[in-house]
Amino acid sequence: MDNLIKASYFLTVVLFVMGLKRMSSPATARSGIIWAGVAMGIAVVTTMFWPGLNNIGLMLVAIFSGVAIAVYSGRKVAMTDMPQMVAIYNGMGGGSAAGIAVIELIKGDVHSSGLIALSVVGGLIGSIAFSGSMIAFAKLQGLIKGRPITFGGQKVLNLIILVLAVVTGISLVTGGPGYAGTLTFFGLALTFGILMTLPIGGADMPVVISLFNALTGMAVGFEGFALGNEAMIVAGTVVGAAGTLLTQMMAKAMNRSIANVLFGSFGKEVEEAGASGIQGALKPIESEDAAIMMGYAAKVIIVPGYGMAVAQAQHKLRELADLLQEKNVIVKYAIHPVAGRMPGHMNVLLAEAGVPYESLYDLEEINAEFTSADVAVVIGANDVVNPRARTEKSSPIYGMPILNVDQAKNVIVIKRGQGTGFAGIENELFYRDQTRMLYGDAQAVLGELIQQVKQI
Amino acid sequence: MIEGIWAALFIFMLAGFTGYEVISRVPVILHTPLMSGSNFIHGIVLVGAMVALGQADTMSGKILGFVAVFLGALNAAGGYVVTERMLEMFENKKKGGA
Repeated sequence: MDNLIKASYFLTVVLFVMGLKRMSSPATARSGIIWAGVAMGIAVVTTMFWPGLNNIGLMLVAIFSGVAIAVYSGRKVAMTDMPQMVAIYNGMGGGSAAGIAVIELIKGDVHSSGLIALSVVGGLIGSIAFSGSMIAFAKLQGLIKGRPITFGGQKVLNLIILVLAVVTGISLVTGGPGYAGTLTFFGLALTFGILMTLPIGGADMPVVISLFNALTGMAVGFEGFALGNEAMIVAGTVVGAAGTLLTQMMAKAMNRSIANVLFGSFGKEVEEAGASGIQGALKPIESEDAAIMMGYAAKVIIVPGYGMAVAQAQHKLRELADLLQEKNVIVKYAIHPVAGRMPGHMNVLLAEAGVPYESLYDLEEINAEFTSADVAVVIGANDVVNPRARTEKSSPIYGMPILNVDQAKNVIVIKRGQGTGFAGIENELFYRDQTRMLYGDAQAVLGELIQQVKQI
Repeated sequence: MIEGIWAALFIFMLAGFTGYEVISRVPVILHTPLMSGSNFIHGIVLVGAMVALGQADTMSGKILGFVAVFLGALNAAGGYVVTERMLEMFENKKKGGA
């Protein structure tokens, strides 16, 4: 039996790695998750036959209720809310790893200090990933405010709590685990997870979620070592490494370092030097005029952002694009790497609305084309089209690659109101001579535009 | 436990490189689904939680084990559903575009 379980874990790990590989290419991505799913099924079923397992009834109840809740919530959630769902499921995994660590530590029959150390490290990382992911979820879901929550001495306090957690952890290894020490240790670790996430702004959450994802992977790997479970060791370590790389790639796409994301409190009200240097005024436009501009253009580039996604306007957007194409207007979509909430999120949202893959262009492909565009339509995007990222060294988004919307002959900005974007800074583009502002909810405005375009 | 700290270290190192290599050179559009997919894969913590619960004999052990299995099941099932929904889009798109 033991060999059979090991063999099935071996197969599981092989399928996981191959599944992950398939998921990294668009053509095979779908089959990748199915391979990984099969692997998970094999591992769970064979684990049921682990020699000497008790509490099988309890186990089945826990599995089925967990699966039922996850499947229900995962199916129901809107595509725009995917990032926080990833956060919460990730937190669950971290919590599970931490739970295993608590069990191992309070069981008291672990005598090897090496094993205790592995449990402690996994427990620390897992707890941080758990409570941090919960805060990330709450911020993205709007349960607590998305802007950074900061106070004086915060970094010092966070450091003290982390050091205390590590010291308590070491004492568990050297002095032997006990109830009181174990509880203190997990309390401190959970508190640290909360405190380190609070000062991070909503715009940076994807990077943080990705980091917590990597942390959960590592926690699972460490607990795998503690339990002697090879499937957990390899799968956890693979995810830990892959997640770390993904986190770096995401941070790079926003031209930020991971340290800057974690400690920069990005998106806090920014006192920007030279904010007064913006010339010109906001010039509103009516949907009728905007429709005429688009309808008689030769080339229109659409720049969708998160505002479009929250308004669930992707279907209307596609309808408008189709109408324009019928009038022989060339329509292209410019997708910024961090449009939406996560890299690639916007592509998923537009795909959901049936926008063909070939119409989507990423930053490098489209940026040279703005000069030849008659109209660039910015829908619910802000920071990713702010020309200050190129010029204004004092700006918090300086150096971030942006879409060169300001080079288009005309720019129409569809926006709810006059507020600033996630980075909390003014957008120079909106004040340019060729820019017109079309205020309103993206869904409603696009509806009007569709009617108007139909009439020309 | 794996025989010897060295075997463990070798596994750790090789698995780490595997994870790194498998997802390097990934197009940006797949970052989100991949994050979600790797989120699903660490749901394997479920099997560890199952063993921990199965071997628990105290009340506190059973309660913690139950919670751990429940959370692990949420991670695995939720990660799968969300990733599958995202990747479904890519498949539809291919058909639509062809």
